[in-house]
Amino acid sequence: MAVQSLQAAPVPVTAAGRRRDREAMIAFWLFMSPMLLGLIVFTFVPIVWGFLLSFSRAQNTVSVGDFIGFQNYVDVLRDREFRRSLITILVFTAFIVPLTYAASLGLAMLVNGVNWGRGIFRTAFFIPTAISYVVASLIWRMSLFNGIPSGVANIAIYEWFGIENPINWIAGTDPPWYWLVLVTVRLWLQVGFYMIIFIAGLQEIPRSLYEAAWVDGARSGWTTFRDITLPMLRNTTIAVMLLLFINAFQAFDEFFNVLGGTAATQGNRGLARPPLVYLYQVAFQDADYGRGSAGAFILTAIIITVTVVQGRLFGFGRSA
Amino acid sequence: MRTDRLTAVERAYNRRLVAPLTRRDLVKTVTVAAGAVVFAGYGKSTVAKAQGNIRLVQWYHQYGEEGTQDAALRYAEEYTTVNPNVEVEMVWVPGDYEATVLPAALLTDEGPDVFEGHVTQALVDAGQVVPLDDLYTPEVRADFHPNDIATATVDGKIYSVKMVNDTGVLYYRKSLLEEAGVQPPTTMDEVIAAANTLNSGRVKGLFLGNDGGITALLTLAPQSAGTDILVNNEIVFNNERTVLAYEKIRELNDSGALLVGAPTDWWDPSAFTGGLAAMQWTGLWAMPGIREGIGEDFGIVPWPALDAQGVPVTFWGGWAEMVNAKSRNIDAAKAFVRWLWIENTANQQDWNLSYGFHVPPRLSAAAEAEPLKTPPPADAVRYFYENGKILPPQWTPAMGTALTNALSNIVKNGAPAAEEVAAAAQTCEQELQRLLG
Repeated sequence: MAVQSLQAAPVPVTAAGRRRDREAMIAFWLFMSPMLLGLIVFTFVPIVWGFLLSFSRAQNTVSVGDFIGFQNYVDVLRDREFRRSLITILVFTAFIVPLTYAASLGLAMLVNGVNWGRGIFRTAFFIPTAISYVVASLIWRMSLFNGIPSGVANIAIYEWFGIENPINWIAGTDPPWYWLVLVTVRLWLQVGFYMIIFIAGLQEIPRSLYEAAWVDGARSGWTTFRDITLPMLRNTTIAVMLLLFINAFQAFDEFFNVLGGTAATQGNRGLARPPLVYLYQVAFQDADYGRGSAGAFILTAIIITVTVVQGRLFGFGRSA
Repeated sequence: MRTDRLTAVERAYNRRLVAPLTRRDLVKTVTVAAGAVVFAGYGKSTVAKAQGNIRLVQWYHQYGEEGTQDAALRYAEEYTTVNPNVEVEMVWVPGDYEATVLPAALLTDEGPDVFEGHVTQALVDAGQVVPLDDLYTPEVRADFHPNDIATATVDGKIYSVKMVNDTGVLYYRKSLLEEAGVQPPTTMDEVIAAANTLNSGRVKGLFLGNDGGITALLTLAPQSAGTDILVNNEIVFNNERTVLAYEKIRELNDSGALLVGAPTDWWDPSAFTGGLAAMQWTGLWAMPGIREGIGEDFGIVPWPALDAQGVPVTFWGGWAEMVNAKSRNIDAAKAFVRWLWIENTANQQDWNLSYGFHVPPRLSAAAEAEPLKTPPPADAVRYFYENGKILPPQWTPAMGTALTNALSNIVKNGAPAAEEVAAAAQTCEQELQRLLG
């Protein structure tokens, strides 16, 4: 009975019904139009404009018209620094994706496993998500990982390992400690968010599965994690991996701010310049908007390709 | 809150506050809030009030010295006092001013009427600035240094008026050098030797910025080798002297005697006054701060010559005022520029000397500047006039990026210097050809 009453009764086609339809339609457009307008003005128009710009010679101007074919695309692909930026982002992705995945899943299982204070832990780990990348990057650069003896990291290595000479965490290349700085800041910022997603995933797994496994002789620990938890988290894993990949490819803030944001110190940017920092320099600093747009479309194509391939490999959208 | 004591007015007010929000109120509130967000606009802006029918918007980048923002506002207000029909909105722009904010604003119709920056061929070619030749009478022109005219001139026309001249010097702690028996360096090899001797691990020998001097010495290093960057529309740095100069920067970085990773960068004297490094390259502007920090325990030299064939150098920098070609009040804007930076030497003295040390661009004003008459500031001014090097308006950010990438690869990744310099020169050539069309 309860189920039946939830089903919509067929609406008789009457004048009142037609009026209700019209009102619903008006309401629909009223609610949707601000959003659609915003989408058109701030997203679709710039995309089309950017696409046209990418085929134009547009230096110190954003007017479309001086068409030069694929020259901007050729220039970007020929630039060693752009190719290097792709390698940089691949290296970064190779570090940050597995690390975030493992750390957030681990945290989720720990937090989910405690009987007391679950809410406190969940909140504590989630808070960094609400912090700005710029602020966190500046704290990492100026306070935690600065190169002077009173920096937090340098105090730590002195106290723990007796290393007296301060390490140059950001500008040094041998070894490239800057990767530690760049990876940890993002890890700290995003791990809480993915932890929440995993906790939701974990809570979806029916307890009966673990109980059945227990009856069959499987003890909790590695076996149940491998044979129950991981397979049941398949959809969550796919979603998390996709988000992690796309976010990593779009990295900008921590690279820009840790390695020197303003025009007055640019010598460290070359250490690890992801594509978005490269494009920022080409478009906004060198004022070559045409070439910048071309680079943006190349990067978009790469991200879409990776996402589609990833979706195929993991079987995104297939039912479990 | 005890309601029985509330006055009738207060009760009425409270009722209003708790009254349910009507749809109209909601729309009104949201609209006003959104408008406030949108029209809060960029940076902190203050309008000098006038009955005026002409309104000029003037942009400054954010100067570091205390008091500069108030001074800029005061000049704007003074102008309205003398010209009641013109009001000037002074906008103080923080952030990546000249690299990103200003170029984007100049593309729109809503950019500033008057703004500070550096004249470039690209700005002129894009028709974004107007020539200011009519402000330069023969006497006025003679009262500006040829370098300030050269950096403002494109295709024979002058596009800016210099507001402030900046230069850099190598500061050293006298006491630390005496203690270590080190003389102030006069060549690059002496710089490297001095930095190593002065380096005690916890107090580093030299601070050139957190990128190891890549930005600070990018163009100064080749110039100190006796060569140059871009002269008469020719890229001239692709030679052995530049290669050698850049290799020396790598040697300096590899020595471990440089301070890198300080909380502040080379333009700020805190690392030097805080005892993190025995020597630092920074601006003349920092001298008042350095005096405040360590008294007279410092000496200055220009950036040393690479070797016997080189020359000591420093940068000829600063900011210049320009008029936006899209301004609706070009004549009023020009009149304002003439009043502020040509006629008004009192304000020029104030702007250049009251907040940090700069050299007033009017030669007559510089000659009268009391704080610059005795050493060490007087020495810095002498280095500025004798050793100051300029980059012409044909030098573009894209060229700077290419050269920075080259030096960064040489210093950080140990790339072969000759190849990197040659590759950068090729990129700069292409860029120059594209620019000169």
